[in-house]
Amino acid sequence: MAPLLLEIGKRFEADHPGTRIDVQTGGSSRGIADTNKGLADIGMASRALTPRENNLHGSVVAQDGIGIIIHKSNPIRELGIDQIQDIYTGRITNWQEVGGPTAPITVVNKAQGRSTLELFLQFFQLSTRDIHAHVVIGDNEQGIKTVAGNPHAIGYVSIGTAQFNAVQGLPIRLLPLQNIPASLETVRTGIFPLSRPLTLVTKSPPTGLTKTFIQFAQSSHVHDLILSQYFVPLQD
Amino acid sequence: MAWGAASLLLFIIGFVVLESWPALSHIGLWRLFLDAGWFPTEQSYQLTPMVTGTMFAAIGSIFLAAPLGILSAVFCHFYAPPILGLWFRRMVEILAGIPSVVFGFWGLVVLVPPIAAWHPPGPSLLAGILILTLMILPTIMLIAHSSISQVPTSYIQSATALGLSRSAVIWRIILPVSRRGLLTGTFLGLARALGETMAILMVCGNVVQHPSHLFDPIRTLTANIALEMAYAVDHHRSALFLSGLILMMLVMAVVILAEAFHQKTPYAAAK
Repeated sequence: MAPLLLEIGKRFEADHPGTRIDVQTGGSSRGIADTNKGLADIGMASRALTPRENNLHGSVVAQDGIGIIIHKSNPIRELGIDQIQDIYTGRITNWQEVGGPTAPITVVNKAQGRSTLELFLQFFQLSTRDIHAHVVIGDNEQGIKTVAGNPHAIGYVSIGTAQFNAVQGLPIRLLPLQNIPASLETVRTGIFPLSRPLTLVTKSPPTGLTKTFIQFAQSSHVHDLILSQYFVPLQD
Repeated sequence: MAWGAASLLLFIIGFVVLESWPALSHIGLWRLFLDAGWFPTEQSYQLTPMVTGTMFAAIGSIFLAAPLGILSAVFCHFYAPPILGLWFRRMVEILAGIPSVVFGFWGLVVLVPPIAAWHPPGPSLLAGILILTLMILPTIMLIAHSSISQVPTSYIQSATALGLSRSAVIWRIILPVSRRGLLTGTFLGLARALGETMAILMVCGNVVQHPSHLFDPIRTLTANIALEMAYAVDHHRSALFLSGLILMMLVMAVVILAEAFHQKTPYAAAK
């Protein structure tokens, strides 16, 4: 989410001389913690606010979907929710058990604290202790490179990044979820089940310059920036 | 200058101690070794798999890099034609300057896929050891080279005059006489291997577990800090600083050992 806000900030600075938008990265937990402490005027969270965070005010600027990816050479075309749960908890360890080739599954998981992991766990009703991973990755790119380099790997990354890399020719395939294809279109229309809102967080309902900036980030002036980062803008 | 550097080091140590204090006082040192596992978001902070991971990767790479580095230094100095030796040394110097993230990326796209095909999952202790070997080889080789070229010529001349063969001169005279220099290089290589982060993060798989064989993924202390620091708050963050403190003490111990060997140079009297 930070690269997007960096670009939006630059454009906002150009349109509003004299303002400076300082963007710092560190994940949703930090975005929310820094907003709570007053260290930041606006926090970034790539998820919806939880009921425990209802003291804060969130404004959605775009949508992002999380897609399950496998290697392109893998003949699997769809996995059910329970199959994915079983693979990630180590009850299924060979592709053969889900109708694929006889090969051990390499499970790629995200490091703790990342909102992608939190959203994934929440959707599949898993806890970090249940997961039996073979590879733990930091960012989406590392996840995509890992799956592209291992014909028997399974991972989950941001759909925008995965679709971009697949178009660029990397040997990865996005799997549909509950019969809904993982694509920017299904995320945009809100029918893809595993998606997340990219949220700007403030301590109170935004006013003044903060309000101007958030409205700018939600406006159609920045849709090209959102699309260029492979996220999905709000519907007009 | 020296004072500036020394006080900067003290400042860094002070800062890390200060940041790890909440973990030391609230979690306590023993829980880092006795908790159920490393689930920092669920207040469980056992670090031992990462300590062993760090040790295995660093020591494994030393076992490969030390003989390789010392033998290539010997090759460069005694066997290679001068031009070739010089070029070889230049290339190793360039190898020393390659950024670790480049090593990591190379490892991820070149080294890991064949390991994955051979014995899945691919990112593993083995991949980490191989990458670290490449990264510390220059340190060990260059220090070994400079210490064997410091062996007084009179030693070699006397040995040759006594009719010793070249290999006997190398194995019986050169290597024993320069062994402290060789050890210093090895310890400095070990210190670098312990502290290496980016390349290890990309090729080791980062699963928190005690590896049972070379193909198991591991997570090192440094990779743990790099993966989680940006996302950590409260005690989790402080526990990461504490793991950094442990690592720093480990590296300092290794450097002090290296220094101890370096100071007593046996052939200093002969010059």
